[in-house]
Amino acid sequence: MRSNSQLQAGFTLLPKNNFFVNLKNAWTDASINIPRGMLNSFFIAACSAILTTYFSALTAYGIHVYTFRLKKFAFYFIMAVMMIPPQVSAVGFIQLVYKFHLTNSYIPLILPSIAAPVVFFYMKQYLESVLPMEMVEAARMDGSGEFRTFNRIVLPIMKPAIAVQMIFSFVSSWNNYFIPALLLDKAEKKTVPIMIAQLRSADYSKFDMGKVYMFILLAILPVMVVYIILSKSIIKGVTAGSVKG
Amino acid sequence: MDKRLQPKRKGVNYAKWGYIFILPFFVTYIIFTLTPQIMTIYNSFFENYRSGLKQIGPNFVGLKNYVSLFSPDKTGSIGMLKYFGNTIVLWLMGAVPQIIVALLLAVFFTSYRLNIKGQQFFKTVIYMPNLIMAAAFSMLFFTLFSPVGPINQVLLAHGIVDKSVNFLGLKVSVRILISLMNFLMWFGNTTILLMAGIQGIDQNMFEAAEIDGANSLQVFFRVTLPLLAPILVYTIITAMIGGLQMFDVPQVLTNGKGTPDRASMTMVMYLNNYLGTSKNYGMAGAVSVVLFIVSAGLSLFVYNMLSKQYRQ
Repeated sequence: MRSNSQLQAGFTLLPKNNFFVNLKNAWTDASINIPRGMLNSFFIAACSAILTTYFSALTAYGIHVYTFRLKKFAFYFIMAVMMIPPQVSAVGFIQLVYKFHLTNSYIPLILPSIAAPVVFFYMKQYLESVLPMEMVEAARMDGSGEFRTFNRIVLPIMKPAIAVQMIFSFVSSWNNYFIPALLLDKAEKKTVPIMIAQLRSADYSKFDMGKVYMFILLAILPVMVVYIILSKSIIKGVTAGSVKG
Repeated sequence: MDKRLQPKRKGVNYAKWGYIFILPFFVTYIIFTLTPQIMTIYNSFFENYRSGLKQIGPNFVGLKNYVSLFSPDKTGSIGMLKYFGNTIVLWLMGAVPQIIVALLLAVFFTSYRLNIKGQQFFKTVIYMPNLIMAAAFSMLFFTLFSPVGPINQVLLAHGIVDKSVNFLGLKVSVRILISLMNFLMWFGNTTILLMAGIQGIDQNMFEAAEIDGANSLQVFFRVTLPLLAPILVYTIITAMIGGLQMFDVPQVLTNGKGTPDRASMTMVMYLNNYLGTSKNYGMAGAVSVVLFIVSAGLSLFVYNMLSKQYRQ
């Protein structure tokens, strides 16, 4: 292994044996349990991605297909709150979490993703462009229940939109720092961004820098791998929820 | 919006299903966002914090929190205005070059005259930094630019500086680093949005301008820019709303302190400080309400644009 000064003296282009030494050191670090953090982050991000896409599609379908008195109000309400940043309700949110003794629980980090206005808006636009009403009517004629129609016929049609939004939601949850940092203080519950921020607050000069770079790499690598595989559909989703040209 | 399914058979009320399908969204929104939002506003009128082990309040104090938010502190500066100013300065330093670069790249890559290949690859590359964890990106910059970090080593080795530069101790360099990170993370996103906007413009417009003998510069200023204006405004306003939320990058880079001399302390970092160990919900509430008012004002623009598009 190279010493700190050697490491800081210059870069080599190819990972050598040091790479695996650093990987092992980072992976087995006693104070920052990065494998645990990655597992925690993965669990929260995966659950959020599933909930957010399913329920946004459900809400979009509800508003798109049915006629009911509060339909217009519901739609314009969601549009109105779409851009309000989540930080502005953080005070009340934290009080609520304390009140229900849910600190160090993942429930307050996962459940709110059911209501995601931007994802809803994307799903609504998508439904308008792909779902012919005749299809819903035909399903009804065949005696399919409303939920069954949604789950068996509409969801498969929405697959591309769901895939795109799943990735976006996974990434934003994986990278999320503000709220989790305020709610998770038990070491075994912490997520990756909290651990990275912990590196910063520790006295870094005592740190093996190879290990620090490895932590950073581990924090961003999973998302990058997914991105490289699915970049085409991700890029398509970037213009989501924006004005049409 | 024209074709709506009306109940056809007697006795089947489909309206009920509309409510059932949107119920989970609204229940979740009311519990996790609307109620906390109201609690936040309510809190801003109370004195409620922890001093050591003692809990002070909650006592109703009216507008006292807002008054202290906007009164000068010991050093004579008004914290709230200072942090608001910091947030705007940091945002502008990243956003101005970002919009210029994005506009140039978007025009270049969508130019039908140049007909550039490899758009997909280009988009893939420039969008990548947007997905990097902001906390990790900031930690990376911290280690790279630390007094013993590789950047200083390179500068020293080439004799560009005599002794290592403390990039993280200078107001200018800290602000530049933060803006640079924001720029790198967001210019790809902006470029892709603007490219979509340009591609949405009727191609005949460009051809007509060319036949009339307009040069590229004239086409850009007389055709592209005016037709792109709505999307450009949308992009700038949404970027501004995002900029107000700036937190992860300066928080990790300066370890939550906004060093040096609180020059890189943003509004949300300020809010975060009140939410930390002091649990000063009163002051945190007041900061949130100010942040809410500003972002709600900006959101109104976006709302109007999107609803207009919907009514068409």
